[in-house]
Amino acid sequence: MAPPVSATKSPSPSQPSGKSEVSDLKLQLRQLAGSRAPGADDAKRDLFKRVISCMTVGIDVSPAFSEMVMCSATSDVVLKKMCYLYVGNYARGNPDLALLTINFLQRDCHDQDPTIRGLALRSLCSLRVQNLVEYLVAPLVAGLKDHSSYVRTVAAIGVLKLYHISATTCHDSDFPAALKALMLSDPDAQVVANCLYSLLEIWTQEAGNSEEAAREIETLYGKPVIYYLLNRIRDFSEWAQCLLLDLVSKYIPADNNEIFDMMNLLEDRLQHANGAVVLATIKVFLHVTMSMTDVHQQVYERIKAPLLTLVGAGSPEQSYAVLCHLHILVMRAPMLFSSDYKHFYCQFSDPSYVKKLKLEMLTAIANESNTYEIVTELCEYAGNVDVPIARESIRAVGKIALQQYDVNAIVDRLLQFLEMEKDYVTAETLVLVKDLLRKYPQWSHDCIAVVGNISSNSIQEPKAKAALIWMLGEYSQDMMDAPYVLESLVENWEEEHSPEVRLHLLTAVMKCFFKRAPETQKALGAALSAGLADSHQDVHDRALFYYRLLQYDVAVAERVVNPPKQAVSVFADTQSSEIKDRIFDEFNSLSIVYQKPSYMFTDKEHRGPFEFAEDLSNLAIGGDSGDDAIRSAQRYQENDKDLLLSTSDKEENGGPTRNGSNSSTYSAPSDINSSLSALAPSSTAQTATFAIDDLLGLGVPDAPVLTLPPSLILNSKPVLDPGTFQKKWGQLTVSSSQESTLSIQGVASLTAPQSLIRHMQNNSIQCIASGGHPPNYKFFFFAQKEGSSSFFLVECIVNTASAKAQIKIKSDDASASDAFASLFQSALSNFGSL
Amino acid sequence: MISQFFVLSQRGDNIVFRDYRGEVAKGSAEIFFRKVKFWKEDEAEEAPPVFNVDGVNYIHVKVAGLFFVATSRVNVSPSLVLELLQRIARVTKDYLGVLNEDSLRKNFVLVYELLDEVIDFGYPQTTSTEALKSYVFNEPIVVDAGRLPPLGPAAMFMQGTKRMPGTAVTKSVVATEPGGKKREEIFVDIIEKISVTFSSSGYILTSEIDGTIQMKSYLTGNPEIRLALNEDLSIGRNGSSLYDYRSSTGGGTVILDDCNFHESVHLDSFDIDRTLTLIPSDGEFAVMNYRMTQEFKPPFRVTALIEEAGPSKAEVILKIRADFSPNVTANTITVQMPVPSYTMRASFELEAGATGQTTDFKEGSRRLEWNLKKIVGGAEHTLRAKLTFSQEMHGNIAKEAGPVNMNFTIPMYNASKLQVRYLQIAKKSKTYNPYRWVRYVTQANSYVARL
Repeated sequence: MAPPVSATKSPSPSQPSGKSEVSDLKLQLRQLAGSRAPGADDAKRDLFKRVISCMTVGIDVSPAFSEMVMCSATSDVVLKKMCYLYVGNYARGNPDLALLTINFLQRDCHDQDPTIRGLALRSLCSLRVQNLVEYLVAPLVAGLKDHSSYVRTVAAIGVLKLYHISATTCHDSDFPAALKALMLSDPDAQVVANCLYSLLEIWTQEAGNSEEAAREIETLYGKPVIYYLLNRIRDFSEWAQCLLLDLVSKYIPADNNEIFDMMNLLEDRLQHANGAVVLATIKVFLHVTMSMTDVHQQVYERIKAPLLTLVGAGSPEQSYAVLCHLHILVMRAPMLFSSDYKHFYCQFSDPSYVKKLKLEMLTAIANESNTYEIVTELCEYAGNVDVPIARESIRAVGKIALQQYDVNAIVDRLLQFLEMEKDYVTAETLVLVKDLLRKYPQWSHDCIAVVGNISSNSIQEPKAKAALIWMLGEYSQDMMDAPYVLESLVENWEEEHSPEVRLHLLTAVMKCFFKRAPETQKALGAALSAGLADSHQDVHDRALFYYRLLQYDVAVAERVVNPPKQAVSVFADTQSSEIKDRIFDEFNSLSIVYQKPSYMFTDKEHRGPFEFAEDLSNLAIGGDSGDDAIRSAQRYQENDKDLLLSTSDKEENGGPTRNGSNSSTYSAPSDINSSLSALAPSSTAQTATFAIDDLLGLGVPDAPVLTLPPSLILNSKPVLDPGTFQKKWGQLTVSSSQESTLSIQGVASLTAPQSLIRHMQNNSIQCIASGGHPPNYKFFFFAQKEGSSSFFLVECIVNTASAKAQIKIKSDDASASDAFASLFQSALSNFGSL
Repeated sequence: MISQFFVLSQRGDNIVFRDYRGEVAKGSAEIFFRKVKFWKEDEAEEAPPVFNVDGVNYIHVKVAGLFFVATSRVNVSPSLVLELLQRIARVTKDYLGVLNEDSLRKNFVLVYELLDEVIDFGYPQTTSTEALKSYVFNEPIVVDAGRLPPLGPAAMFMQGTKRMPGTAVTKSVVATEPGGKKREEIFVDIIEKISVTFSSSGYILTSEIDGTIQMKSYLTGNPEIRLALNEDLSIGRNGSSLYDYRSSTGGGTVILDDCNFHESVHLDSFDIDRTLTLIPSDGEFAVMNYRMTQEFKPPFRVTALIEEAGPSKAEVILKIRADFSPNVTANTITVQMPVPSYTMRASFELEAGATGQTTDFKEGSRRLEWNLKKIVGGAEHTLRAKLTFSQEMHGNIAKEAGPVNMNFTIPMYNASKLQVRYLQIAKKSKTYNPYRWVRYVTQANSYVARL
């Protein structure tokens, strides 16, 4: 929507402008450069200010670089700071000139005053010039050891800046190790926090390629670090507390006592005036109690009040962010909020983005006990001056009607809307009445009586017009003048701009024809010929199709166009539950505001650790369903029961488990592994895995490590792209579905999806997508039979709390799937045990 | 983490622009501004505070007519960034005294100094006004608050029963005053935003108070402060329904639904005697936020009536009654009422002898507007209006008009009855006796009467 942006914008009158300004500044700076006259610093300040102000509005003042540097020899801190700011901004574009600044920055790094040292170090690291990195190392080493905590905080972030300029220099100087040591020992909380920021960013970036980095990340999420930080949480600034809490939310407590200890420790964080701290705390609470349904529910009760207070307290923007989180909680457990509905009434001063959220929440929590009040309130909004909100309110009433069992009263209200005779109200209501009739055909009499009075000329909006036409076709036997209304609509075919309406018109005329042929014949002929001449491809095709169908056999045509219909029981959700779970996993992030998982709006390189899940979710949306798509009623009932969801799927768990006798036939790998374990010098299974592998030269991840029984050999390097995987997964049926138990060591090793992925890779089973948070992980694997084109696709859901894995296997070659299933199982049961 | 931070004027000019990580292209401020300006072309809808354009997340707050914006490429916590932006605005205000376009432009170098310390490489460092003092070397250039439109709650206290210097809350925490000596004083403001919805029959449908105890300290040496609230204050309602109006409120107890506190507040004795202990740091901050849905007496009763007066005419009667003590005066009252969209003209009739009242028919938005400079407690005011329509009306006219919305500010009044019993400052010496200001103000958040 936004037109392309020009590089320099036209400055407003109050802003300095243009090239002459820059050359003028250059000249004046040069004159002042060597001056030691009294008042020279003041004059410089003024000049520097003008330079910075040009920079701010986007004028390129880089031509003055050398002059600025010449003027930088000063003891005036204000001048220094402006100069640093300038240099930081333009150094990257002028690497040669940037060299000029190194000198004075390095000198300042040794200044007596810690403030100057810190400032200089920060600016030095902010130059972002590749060939100057050699000058950074020594000041950074000194900075990390500086006795002033201010300098150390600067240095800790400085390491990260260096990493972004040159990762190798950063590693060669062993900075990550230094940061880690500092993080665990520094008395200053902000130094600790900055070390943590840097380490997280560095290791996250490398986790995909380096096992060491992945391991380091896992240590950060491990008990010793988490406990060390939690015990000091009150020393940290509110912002750093958010960081710690985010880290804690990824930690998996060993048992319930630990969970309760943590929650008790963090309880008072829920009373913090800073919404970010409260939300970060809530995330911890929600995640650690995921597998304890009762407690999880209590957490919802506990966090309600603080969240509502935050909604009322801050600026509209802050309230909005909190409300978005409340929204997702309401959507997940509407029952728990059913008595709080009044909090979600729209207020006069609410911006429309807030009102929309509130309407959705009201829709979700409507049940037998509060529907009357909620619908009454929504009806008030329908006459609102704010038309978009009025529309949304009417839609909300309709949605409530569709989800209730007793809709009697609501239908009456909807019909009253039609009497308001406001165009947009009528339009929205017609669409709803159509949907209602699809679900509750028994209401047709009442509705048709009212709808019949609406003049089709007064309806302009395509969706509404289409809805009206649909009703005219569907209920033409009950609406006296249906054929004539349709006929007049057909006469105005040329003026009808929306192809959607024309398509509906064709179908409606057909339906009407089957019921009242003599009256409709003329209209049908006109419609078909207009349709055949239509410039829109779909309209043309449909007309042609109807025409040929009628030519072939009218009875068949009737069966095709107007078959007896079943009432729609449930209108499908637009979002799958897997997507919703994924969004919930990303609580306290933008995902909640956008209502999308992060992979949908974030570039790959900016994603968090282990978030390579887009394929997984593509799978999830597989059966992409529009508003009207219809799903089985089973799902709906599940939602009812499933108040506080578990992340696993509910279907098809009952498959036969067969991990018994035949698994031994294929369990060769476990034997090899156990013989290896005798060689293992260390007891920690996880680190030992890699050490041993390397020892025996088996560590190449893709190589077939283990000799498999001849009956089924897997291709060591199968290739399957996510799209094909998705297609296959949709096409194939489940050939084997079973439950397997993980070893204790396996559970211990599964702190992140990566560890299992690597393990399976060693067994020639590749992961295509993974995701989830403790204790639930979900993986999609695939493997290929050696020398054959047939693939095995696996969905594997692991719950680390119960040490169970649900496995579903689909295969091109069903005959081999049992063999593969046991192979997969044995590989899985070996996980973590060497 | 944050990639860039910038402040834009209402016209979209960069006032301050800081790039922390160099990962978002330069034109971001412009992209942001266009997006906000033209969020939805056909509908006058406001842009949400958080949106994404081409993989860049734009997060903003509006303060004093300016946009405070952060960009980020990663999936950050929106609350964290929004809180941070709000905090940056507040810290800036602490330093500049007044926060507006003019003061920012005059002090942009100082603001850069602040930004340098508040965020490093996109990560928040410190936002404490006090801690930042040692890193800020520029002297603020103070703009004259007098000739500028007043901002925020500061302006509301001008008409209180206690008169206080108008510049009190608009002075910088670092600037020295003309006299050379800093005045020792502390402000504690109890600010309540109330939301009430009346049904067409005058019955209260919903009511809520969102309150803040805000503090701004100019005390040197950080003395400890004790702030005592109502002894019978209770927090959390144990009843099943939060809206149980039958519950007894006769005892005058103040029951808060919930509250939260600033980091620096110690709650050691709060459970015993409802006293908050804190060492206030420099600058302005919220000591406590609270929320109350307990029944309270709404300060105004609003009744609105619309009746047919012929085939294409109608009469509107608006009545407001101030249900509070005559010692208290509400000011800047606005009453608005949407009328049917086919209204052509409106003629108004104020009560005899009315002063300080104006009326208007906003043709574009089809609204009646009634402004009153002030209303003394106990008073009642009426407005009559005759509407002329361009067509004959059909259906229920009451459904085409309303609801009536009211805006007001009432200094030295608080609806919740939450009170600061005393404000104690630990004495440094016998002569140490700083000024203490405890001020109450109630504002309408959403005050609506349906027809």
